[in-house]
Amino acid sequence: MPFIPHTRDDVQAMLDTIGVSGIEELFDEIPDRLRISGLDGVPEALGEQGVGRLMMTRSEQDGRPLCFIGAGAYDHHIPAAVWEIATRGEFYSAYTPYQAEASQGTLQLIYEFQTMMARLMAMDVSNASLYDGASALAEAVLMAIRANRKSKSRKVLMPVTVHPNYRKTTDTIVQNQSIEIVEIPYDPSGGHTTLDSLAAHAGSDIAAVVIPQPNFFGVLEDVDEITDWAHQQGALVIAVVNPVAMALLKPPGEWGENGADIVCGEGQPLGVPLSSGGPYFGFMCTTSKLVRQMPGRIVGATVDRDDRRGYALTLQAREQHIRRSKATSNICTNQGLMVTAATIHMAIVGPEGLRQAALQSHANTNRLVQALTANEHVDKVFDRPCFHEAVLRFNLNLNMKGILRPLHAHNLLPGYELGTDYSELDNALLVCATEARSDEDIDLYAGHLNRIIERQTTAGCPVQPKM
Amino acid sequence: MSNVPTELKYTRSHEWLRTNDDGTVTVGITDHAQEQLGDMVYVEVPEVGQEVVANDACAVVESVKAASDVYAPVGGEVVEINESLADNPDAVNRDAFGDGWIMKLQLGDAGQLDALLDAAEYDAFVASEA
Repeated sequence: MPFIPHTRDDVQAMLDTIGVSGIEELFDEIPDRLRISGLDGVPEALGEQGVGRLMMTRSEQDGRPLCFIGAGAYDHHIPAAVWEIATRGEFYSAYTPYQAEASQGTLQLIYEFQTMMARLMAMDVSNASLYDGASALAEAVLMAIRANRKSKSRKVLMPVTVHPNYRKTTDTIVQNQSIEIVEIPYDPSGGHTTLDSLAAHAGSDIAAVVIPQPNFFGVLEDVDEITDWAHQQGALVIAVVNPVAMALLKPPGEWGENGADIVCGEGQPLGVPLSSGGPYFGFMCTTSKLVRQMPGRIVGATVDRDDRRGYALTLQAREQHIRRSKATSNICTNQGLMVTAATIHMAIVGPEGLRQAALQSHANTNRLVQALTANEHVDKVFDRPCFHEAVLRFNLNLNMKGILRPLHAHNLLPGYELGTDYSELDNALLVCATEARSDEDIDLYAGHLNRIIERQTTAGCPVQPKM
Repeated sequence: MSNVPTELKYTRSHEWLRTNDDGTVTVGITDHAQEQLGDMVYVEVPEVGQEVVANDACAVVESVKAASDVYAPVGGEVVEINESLADNPDAVNRDAFGDGWIMKLQLGDAGQLDALLDAAEYDAFVASEA
């Protein structure tokens, strides 16, 4: 059934009115060479039952493994009430409604979300969310280039300790806008970005410096020093942060003398399940001074003619439907449903609950690192403080597969293999234990790992994993 | 007929220009322009020291209805901006030719002024647009 309400007569009447013979004629101006007759690689349509079976089979392949992978998405506890409330009919929509002000409940919720995010980040304003953490960083880079009018260069310093996928996404989005992304190497013993590595760029015209906190390795960066250095260079500071970590660490608005200028990141840890990688949501905050350069929608509080509080989309002169080609926001949608869940999540756990989750995640990861590095063949790679992730290296002559495959067979996700993105970190694993992992879970991981390593080292031959 | 002071120069994009004794020129938008745009909520001014070319979009006036670029009537270096507009954008509505000025430019070649309209020409232009 096509979900189009017009009858054949309706369509004919419209065509007659504008004087064309058929719908196809409306597309005449598109040249033949730009048209395609079909879509390669898209399979034949399936009926509802067929799709249902296919999706069921695929979702069963996910299983319920014990997860020790973080690497940008985190398995935190989500109170049952969060999605019970978020999926109520009144909330259950992916979009801000087109006549936004007619949905005061939705706008109020987004307003609360903005307030919570701005407070968590110690920034003046937040937008109503973006697609995900990676595209939020790309948008932050574009915003910084627009906003830093003192800088004539379009150069952005990007530490390689920023999530590899965020860097790839940013490259994809900005590469054709003559923006130069300069990668900054990390310190091999600390796993952090040093002022020494930035110093090579001192005195040159830099539009912005990106600072991750914690960085992709879970390591804490010297955010105060780097922020002040960047500001001395006339650059804006873009913070990419884990929102849960901000319940514990110094928020970007308080970094250095003057704080970060733009803050962005992935909102998934705030009440959104891992869910095979999405949908998640990106967030962005900034200062009042730069708010007109911020992309995305912003909800403001106002009063109606009877002086009652109401909510409205505000600062819309930034947006494409008013500003046209000069718009500073070309994103007029947000991840409404994910933001709904995040807002309810934050409201339920409260500031103290968020802090507890952060503290316990930190403690659990420390416990995990201790349990795993108790084995003489496993070492912690970086010596700097971490939040809730750490890099471990396996000092074995065998490749990682011989260790990881049997762990997978035990229904355990042991960590993220860093060799894929960092060739110098071959045989290294990024591990994470959130507050949702118990002591038993950690002991189970350590137990399996010790047995597997022992078999490898004593047998002196590659392990054949039992599947 | 709207308010069009005779001592000023004008553009077809509704900016006004006043030549000052010190070789600078003051630029703003006309009373007619502010009337069309409605209540101002924000004026984005250029940076002092910025070099602008004639017809460059170098400022933005944002009203409750629209955001419009302000074009430089002549080329030159921005030597001063009206910082009070940050807190009082409505000065553009109240006094477009006075307190509502946007920027001062160091005029390079005075010959550039010849291309601009005088008050009578601007008035006629506005009438023709209506």
